[in-house]
Amino acid sequence: MAQIIGLPKLSPTMEEGVLVKWTKQEGDTIEPGDLIAEVETDKANMDFNIEDDGVILKLLVDEGATVKLGAPVAIIGESGEDIADLIAEAEAQASGKGGGDQQAADGVTPIDKASKKSEPVNPLRRIEKDSAKDSGKGGDKGGDKRPAAPAPASQGGRILASPLAKTLAVELDISLRGVEGSGPGGRIVERDVRAAAESGGARAQGPALASGVDQAAIDAQTPENPDDYSDEPLSNMRKRIAQRLTAAKQSIPHIYLTRSFEASALLAYRKRLNELMGDRGKISVNDLIIKAVAVALRRVPECNAAFIGDAIRAHKRIHVGVAVAIPDGLVTPVVRDADQKGIGAIGAEIRDLAGRARDRRLKVHEIQGSTFTVSNLGMFGIDHFEAIINPPEAGILAVGTVSDQPVVKAGKVVAGKVMRLTMSCDHRVIDGALGARYLSELVELLENPDALAL
Amino acid sequence: MSDKTNYQVAVIGSGPGGYVAAIRAAQLGLDTVCIERAELGGICLNWGCIPTKALLRSAEILELFHRAKEFGLKVENVSHDFAAIVKRSRDISNKINKGVGFLLRKNNIDHIAGSARLAGGGKIEIELTDGSGKRTISADHIIVGTGARAKSLPGVELDDKHIIEYRRAMTLPEQPKSLLVIGAGAIGVEFASFYRALGTEVTIVEYLDRVVPNEDEEISAELARAYKKRGIKLMTGHGVKSATPKGDGVEVVIEPKDGGEAVTLSVEKVLVAVGVTGNVEDIGLEDIGVEVERGFIKVDENLRTAAEGVYAIGDVIGPPALAHVASAEAVFAAEHIAGQNPHPIPYDAIPACTYCHPEIASVGLTEAQAKAEDIEIKVGRFPFRPLGKTMAAGEYPGQVKLIWRADNGALVGAHMIGPAVTDLIAEMTLAKTTEVNADSLIYTVHAHPTFAEAIKEAAEDAYGHAIHI
Repeated sequence: MAQIIGLPKLSPTMEEGVLVKWTKQEGDTIEPGDLIAEVETDKANMDFNIEDDGVILKLLVDEGATVKLGAPVAIIGESGEDIADLIAEAEAQASGKGGGDQQAADGVTPIDKASKKSEPVNPLRRIEKDSAKDSGKGGDKGGDKRPAAPAPASQGGRILASPLAKTLAVELDISLRGVEGSGPGGRIVERDVRAAAESGGARAQGPALASGVDQAAIDAQTPENPDDYSDEPLSNMRKRIAQRLTAAKQSIPHIYLTRSFEASALLAYRKRLNELMGDRGKISVNDLIIKAVAVALRRVPECNAAFIGDAIRAHKRIHVGVAVAIPDGLVTPVVRDADQKGIGAIGAEIRDLAGRARDRRLKVHEIQGSTFTVSNLGMFGIDHFEAIINPPEAGILAVGTVSDQPVVKAGKVVAGKVMRLTMSCDHRVIDGALGARYLSELVELLENPDALAL
Repeated sequence: MSDKTNYQVAVIGSGPGGYVAAIRAAQLGLDTVCIERAELGGICLNWGCIPTKALLRSAEILELFHRAKEFGLKVENVSHDFAAIVKRSRDISNKINKGVGFLLRKNNIDHIAGSARLAGGGKIEIELTDGSGKRTISADHIIVGTGARAKSLPGVELDDKHIIEYRRAMTLPEQPKSLLVIGAGAIGVEFASFYRALGTEVTIVEYLDRVVPNEDEEISAELARAYKKRGIKLMTGHGVKSATPKGDGVEVVIEPKDGGEAVTLSVEKVLVAVGVTGNVEDIGLEDIGVEVERGFIKVDENLRTAAEGVYAIGDVIGPPALAHVASAEAVFAAEHIAGQNPHPIPYDAIPACTYCHPEIASVGLTEAQAKAEDIEIKVGRFPFRPLGKTMAAGEYPGQVKLIWRADNGALVGAHMIGPAVTDLIAEMTLAKTTEVNADSLIYTVHAHPTFAEAIKEAAEDAYGHAIHI
């Protein structure tokens, strides 16, 4: 029988997505695994592959529309099925009226009710029920919206909060977990959420975006003439960047270690490799650095780790994230097992990932699971900078440009090629001495790049 | 009577503030005494809420008898016995105030019948009601819940005979042929409703521009319509300049407040219902440093007066003069004394009920108040008329009006007039206190057929989705 298809979770952190393009049309036959749409999430454009088979009976969302997680997007079933009821139901869910409008008037007999209950519930209904149990976060969106979205996984017990408090928490982007309730029985009420928002939502683990903003300061600086400025609403990606980086910078005790090294050998090595490669591609300095970072992590595995609250997790595989600038943001596609791969393979992989990142065509697994990250602004002429750690990783390496500088070699000042590397360390995992040891291994490799082939 | 002289808590007054405070204090393990100069239960049980509801019930049944034909019933020669109606009301009060005595005994609270006077240092001098003299006790904490009484107007002197207040109005020996009510607040419109149902010619004079001026304007308008239909004469925007007993009645001079010609009416009785003033006299308040302002005791947010160890609750600390507010304050004060940390009383979510016909109930801000506070609102309304329950019951029309915050659906106010609304308001009070927003209320399935369906429909209406209209 026909069923409503809800927007699935295409990235681990998405809460809504923009339906960029339908790749199947009404009437098309589909099989499990078929791509039916492209969806822009907070991370990238994602493929929306269907898990059912049948015929697309109705597309419920126009291209370009923003859709909440779990909200109805299509109805699939068998050709010719009557789906009027499902359309009504989907519309009700989408408009946030849900069960309300189905409220029985006089006519509904007990039999009707019984059969309604025993009907197989569609996946969306199940989601609603699950989210109802987790009354803590986002279960009830309030306002004009019916809770269609599954709540983020509960991290503990049930949260007692008034419906208004929940609505406000969604509006103000405050996580109710960690908010102390002042209502009867410790219930979280409106004033608690407002207080949490004002105090910067300090204990809110997740989205702390709105709270990271000093509204008073913004108001004070807002020009009187509205023609003097424009406010561009945040894209999903920008929201996510703001949330994650604010949280990372505020919660991780960063320390910064900088080392310079003489890059003549590295540049010469690259030149040699490129001569060998010929028409088969090019090796960049960055490719060499990724490889060196991975090999150095193999040598100092304590830096390939994560702080996970009550433990430090040592990663046994080395997956290096590479920050890639794309229009309106950045993504960090992952080179898996970078220590195991040849430089040429790493280079090819990065170029493929970076290219698809700019087109927002990366898949979730391609941007997840890095254990250490490299951010390189050398190509933009930056000498030195400090990067914000990409949690839960323990370190990130900021790579500057190659500059011509006088260096002392064998007691003589000569022209040299100098690069600066700055490692940001999560001090809970990497102490200064450990970080220094890592950088020294890394510099050793970069100054003697032949070792990268070993 | 025990001759104990030292208590942990002494409560002065035994109304819905005093007796509740005494019981809560005793429940919390405090040695408590309750001092009352008149009947246990205070105004509410004896001269207010309860006896008037008894009178109004008689009136309601009488009105239904008059409408018997409408319901297919044959009832002939319908008449009433005014004295019996009053007696029933008194009997109910007597019964219920005995209940208070029982509750005090059950909780081991000493009850002293007498007039208390605060003597400072926790001492209370009591002039015993039975004339046996004085008695002095002391208490670590004192809760003053002496209540309030009707106030009058200049030029209108209460004589307890022709110009009366509520207490006499509910115990008149005979039904007046005509009654002029000064003040269209809850007490005024309730007595107007009662006497009109019995056939008395009723005129209400209200200085402000509308009846029940504390309620939402739409509610006032609806009540005015209903009262005019019932033959109650309304003179809003008018003030009473004088009321003078003359012969067997009263001559009342009434002026439009915006100027214009005064009119003189002759009526049998005048009921003064222009508000209350606190019972703050002769209890030694000033002597021990309790501050009194405009007839009411001043208290801090923990209901403490300016005098150490002395709390005050209920009508004596000022409006709203409502029994349920007094009871809430009573519990708060007792718990505060016991060293607990009680939740503040939700003064923004106090329901108010008026038992006129049709009934009125409200909680929260009116539309005008919300606008005055610059709150962006969404208003939903639903009349009772289309509901099956209303038609079956043959009830008066009326409506539910719900006001929500436009941004997050928080309840701003609920205003109702019509059948059963004094009970229906409980749902909206819960919504207000526990922050149930429009979405959650709409999501709540309401039983059919009930008057409560109007609440859900009114909530839906605010968002453009009411079904039955």
